[in-house]
Amino acid sequence: MPPRDVRGGIFFLGSRMTKMAQVAEPLLKVRGVDKHFGAVQALYGVDLDLPAGKITALCGDNGAGKSVFTKCISGVYQPDHGEVFWEGQPVHIHNTRDASRLGIETVYQDLALCDNLDIVQNMFLGRERLSRYLLDEDDMERAAAQTLASLKVTTVRSIRQPVASLSGGQRQSVAISKAVMWNSKLVIMDEPTAALGVVQTGMVLGLLKRLRDRGLAVMVISHNLNDVFEVADRVAILYLGRMVIQDDISNFDRQRVVEYMTTGGKGMKAAGN
Amino acid sequence: MAQPVEIPPDPTAAVQAAEAEVPPALIAQTLGEYARAWIGRMRGGDIGVLPVVVGLVAIMVVFEIISPNHVFLHADNLVNLFEQSAVFMVLAMAETFALILGEIDLSIGYLGACGAVIAVQLVQPVTTNWPWWAAIVAALAACALAGAIQGTIITRLGIPSFIVTLAGYLIFNGVMLILLLLGPFSGYPNLASADTNVQVLYNLMAGTIDPTISWIGMGVVVVGIGGLMWFGDARRRRAGLVAPPPSLTLLKIGLIAAAGIVVVAICNINRANIGVLAGVPWVVPIVLAVLAAWTILLERTKYGRYVYAIGGNPEAARRAGINVSLIVTIAFALCSMTAGIGVILYASYIGGMSNNVQGGQLVLFAVAAAVIGGTSLFGGRGKAMHGVLGGLVIGGIYNGMYLQSLDVQRIFIVTGLVLLAAVSIDALSRRGKVNFPGGRR
Repeated sequence: MPPRDVRGGIFFLGSRMTKMAQVAEPLLKVRGVDKHFGAVQALYGVDLDLPAGKITALCGDNGAGKSVFTKCISGVYQPDHGEVFWEGQPVHIHNTRDASRLGIETVYQDLALCDNLDIVQNMFLGRERLSRYLLDEDDMERAAAQTLASLKVTTVRSIRQPVASLSGGQRQSVAISKAVMWNSKLVIMDEPTAALGVVQTGMVLGLLKRLRDRGLAVMVISHNLNDVFEVADRVAILYLGRMVIQDDISNFDRQRVVEYMTTGGKGMKAAGN
Repeated sequence: MAQPVEIPPDPTAAVQAAEAEVPPALIAQTLGEYARAWIGRMRGGDIGVLPVVVGLVAIMVVFEIISPNHVFLHADNLVNLFEQSAVFMVLAMAETFALILGEIDLSIGYLGACGAVIAVQLVQPVTTNWPWWAAIVAALAACALAGAIQGTIITRLGIPSFIVTLAGYLIFNGVMLILLLLGPFSGYPNLASADTNVQVLYNLMAGTIDPTISWIGMGVVVVGIGGLMWFGDARRRRAGLVAPPPSLTLLKIGLIAAAGIVVVAICNINRANIGVLAGVPWVVPIVLAVLAAWTILLERTKYGRYVYAIGGNPEAARRAGINVSLIVTIAFALCSMTAGIGVILYASYIGGMSNNVQGGQLVLFAVAAAVIGGTSLFGGRGKAMHGVLGGLVIGGIYNGMYLQSLDVQRIFIVTGLVLLAAVSIDALSRRGKVNFPGGRR
């Protein structure tokens, strides 16, 4: 078991209500989210469901609003309009701390790791365990080792080696493990394979699948259709700030995804007609 | 947990192939493996304390050979050398706080001098006549406050620490001169007095501990540290956590014990020409106390962890929910407070304070000592211990060249060159890291 984080009362309430309600209810449900920056409208009434135990790929061309939308969920931005439901309950995510409290963790593209700290220190950064006012290194090392082992991140030889000495894929694995450590239920990843080679990409995609198999909801932002078709269960496509389609991956082929990303589906309709 | 486990064939990738890409094993079970991992780390850019140890040995050998009558390694000179070095050591430990954060504090020389003047002024019997401890507490509090103000300006206004503390350098130089002129003295306040309260400050540096008590104290410290290390490592080994092999733990404890015995033995040799002067000077336990306190703070507490995190990647620290401004401000306060301790020791060494205090030179020696010891100028890497080792190097050069009756300009040049060499090693090792991520090749 990964270590449990201290949870607020609201969380417990939400979790109990869910069990009483429906299993089919998606973990995170977003309805009609608008976001504008000054005169620029970035998101127009975006809807999205993120079910537990599924990998959802969020696709879209540059400027489609993928990052803005992600930041609205992870608490970096506040949506202007729209509702967010977590386990069926309406929630307001005011900052990243609120998001973590709910169980939403984001792995940014730059990973946000400290090169000079070792793996254990990075995984516990900001949430160190103490015993008698001093850092409880033994406890933290044990918990970090457990999490890494449960995710089968085994290519790391020593969890006491500084992150600077890791390869790109290993760094990504550490960043993802760090996100999972806190009993998170939704992990959002921004271009997790962008800077990786073939083997390392395979390593990270395998890790994503293990998260899904654990019952976590995973949202992956990706440009790489190979990766999308490799791991995703669902695809959601943003085009110029609008969610043009979201569906099971089985209803897509590459051609169709590219059409939606580049034309918002207008070309598809034309072709259909 | 660190052993590669057989991974079930994963359709996504040749994960086994990735294992071959792993950097050389840093996990080590035997002394030999440890040595190899250490060499690997050095080639990867983490040079550690090797240059400073080599430097110290070179300094001892060279100056012993060239010093007149080979006095460099005489007990009286070694004790004097340590006393001179102590000021650099404490100032370097102060500067370490700023350096780990990737900042620099140029003001600590004169800022610390202000603290020392406050302490010296407050104990003067003809004026305030404060007890020595109250004077020291007031001086250090004033230093911490000044450091906190500088830290606040740096963090809240986003001005580079170089500029803020350069301004502080000038400001505190002026403040120090004003503070020196307070009081009804002809000349400057000094510590040469029959008053026992004043003598406590005078003896902070050179007052000696009885030789027998020196031995007992050293034994207690070595047994205490050795016990903590031995039982801590043994506990981690039993729990299957990453721990050095028993032979390495024993080696470290042995080195600490040897250092303790050598220091006390040297200090207990009679170093007076007439009469008896023997025993460990008080400055030794003072420096050790500062070293222990800051080592524990930096390596065993949340605060210290955050200091390293900010030095390594401030953005990551911010995203982890760390209050970066607060941590940085506190670091500058601690830096300034430690500088106060350092310059109070300096005042004790010269027996008072005067406008002769070279605050700028003290800062540069402090930065040099920290960097020579192995602390990085680029942030994220450094220990309090580095300041102590580097301070010894600076003190050794200073003392050795002084014995040669070399004038101060040559001492400046040589110290500057040593600083340049240390910074170059730091920069080169950093470049090695960037070129070879993972330190593999």
